[in-house]
Amino acid sequence: MKLGRANLDEFGATVLALAEKDRDVLVVTSDSRGSGKLTPFGKALPDQIVEVGIAEQNLVGIAAGLTAAGKKVFAVSPACFLTARSLEQIKNDVCYSNWPVKLIGISAGVSYGALGSTHHSLHDFAVLRAIHNVTVVAPADNFETRAALTSALDYPAPVYIRLGKRPMYDLHEPDAHFEFGKAIVLRDGPDVTFVATGETVILALQAADKLAEEGIRCRVISMHTVKPLDEAALLAAARDSKALVTVEEHSVMGGLGGACAEVLLQAGVHVPFRIIGIPDEYTMTGSQEEIFRHYGITPEGLAQTAVGLLAVAAVD
Amino acid sequence: MIKRANTGHTAGSLSSVDILNVLYNRIMGVTPANFDAVARDHYIQSKGHSVEALYTVLADAGFYSAAELDTFSSGGSHWVGHPTRKVPGVEHNTGALGHGLSVAVGLALGMKKDGLPHRVFTLLGDGELAEGSNWEASMTAAHYKLDNLTVIVDRNDLQITGLTEEVMALEPLVDKFRAFGYAVREVNGNDIPELVEALEGVPFVPGKPSLLLAHTVKGRGVSFIENVASWHHHVPSDEEFRLALSELDQAEAALNGAHR
Ligand SMILES: Cc1ncc(C[n+]2csc(CCOP(=O)(O)OP(=O)(O)O)c2C)c(N)n1
Ligand SMILES: [Mg+2]
Repeated sequence: MKLGRANLDEFGATVLALAEKDRDVLVVTSDSRGSGKLTPFGKALPDQIVEVGIAEQNLVGIAAGLTAAGKKVFAVSPACFLTARSLEQIKNDVCYSNWPVKLIGISAGVSYGALGSTHHSLHDFAVLRAIHNVTVVAPADNFETRAALTSALDYPAPVYIRLGKRPMYDLHEPDAHFEFGKAIVLRDGPDVTFVATGETVILALQAADKLAEEGIRCRVISMHTVKPLDEAALLAAARDSKALVTVEEHSVMGGLGGACAEVLLQAGVHVPFRIIGIPDEYTMTGSQEEIFRHYGITPEGLAQTAVGLLAVAAVD
Repeated sequence: MIKRANTGHTAGSLSSVDILNVLYNRIMGVTPANFDAVARDHYIQSKGHSVEALYTVLADAGFYSAAELDTFSSGGSHWVGHPTRKVPGVEHNTGALGHGLSVAVGLALGMKKDGLPHRVFTLLGDGELAEGSNWEASMTAAHYKLDNLTVIVDRNDLQITGLTEEVMALEPLVDKFRAFGYAVREVNGNDIPELVEALEGVPFVPGKPSLLLAHTVKGRGVSFIENVASWHHHVPSDEEFRLALSELDQAEAALNGAHR
């Protein structure tokens, strides 16, 4: 696997390329162009960047208005503020009013690490899942980032895309198929399935490598779209596997794991199951890597979880 | 701190540290001994990113040993990159801009209801003023005649992207604050005697919240950091660090000389 760049860098380059081809493409920022990797965009296309100051609620309302005026708008702000501070604007002005704003949550999850909990977004999947009319996407690599942005451009409804700061490995062939709501199976195996999203997918793949050394073969699914969930892919995996582990850089409540549990239980499909994410507690302080390690969101931690679940499966 | 941790907000801490120094050492009577009481002066730092200034002044005020600062932003430390109440002496968790003023208004209002004579101070960034919540809170402060509230604005003219007047114009700022019901004063926010004189004079007008517009230099004290937007969260290289310390040492020596 080749190490690519940070999904945020991929975002900055992709949105610039899209905007160069179409004057109706605008980015809206809230003193966030530097962190959003949009400084080159601002220099190249000064008429297509709208700065609103440190005012995230204003940012989302203005993005809705610009969309009503026929523009294709990327509203770009740290995921922590965008999906908390501006939640009512997202709910009413974007989703309820159905203006297809492209909401870009930068430095998502615990990317901001030691800046602390004000800067973490461990709630964004949960709150947005509970709001009707928004597609929620967490790209796993540069390819998925590019594909998600391109798909969002003319998508007729609101889309939320969350991006991190860390360089990501390329997980896909350049000609892979990407579609909102369609999971991508990266590897197949009959023992354990990892359903992962965003920047934890690579960790699930690495866990699968470790388990392969012990003769445990895994299916790894990139569930880039957390909503609407690819129920068919999930149910097939649950039926085909002895155990299922979900992985996300999000609270264990209300995110990908919760979404999967809702589907599985209501379909009457029972499989030994674990949700791996950030538990409901005062989040451990430290860098993203330290936080991941603390909560077992590592190849070793995930492999261990899988082995534990297989033991449960063997007893059942 | 910032150098060791390889993360932090360098320039905004340098612009605010004189204000914090004056508040904790001359104006407020907050000590580790009375910290748990409501009946004392209070400080809420709305511009949470200037946390290094706050942590340093609190260590100096005896809330904890300066050695704790060496753990800044390291795994498991409470001394994270924005103020949290896990750190002794911190009154409120901040870091998302545009929250501190509302909380300070609530605190001041509650103390008024109990007839307490103590004051509430809060520090805002100028870029932070674009958050609408500040103006909502300002209306409330004037409406309830909170003359026990002093809002200090660190007017360093910069935010992350560049000049406030280019990113989102604030001027005429004094007129705006007056229109929202504040008694306003302007000072050089890096001049200790001016800060002491102004803050000893609160409330500026009885029956009104006070607003101190503190004109500061972002990155104050280090020539190559002063007024350079990119130093907002830039970490100094080894060479820059050495230079910065030597400039600060020289300034300290000059001050000590002047006092002798
Ligand atoms: C709600 C919110 N939006 C954005 C940020 C990111 N941010 C941190 S500091 C900063 C610039 C602050 O500028 P200013 O208020 O002028 O502070 P100073 O110049 O004193 O550092 C921004 C945008 C934040 N912390 N909170
Ligand atoms: Mg400023």
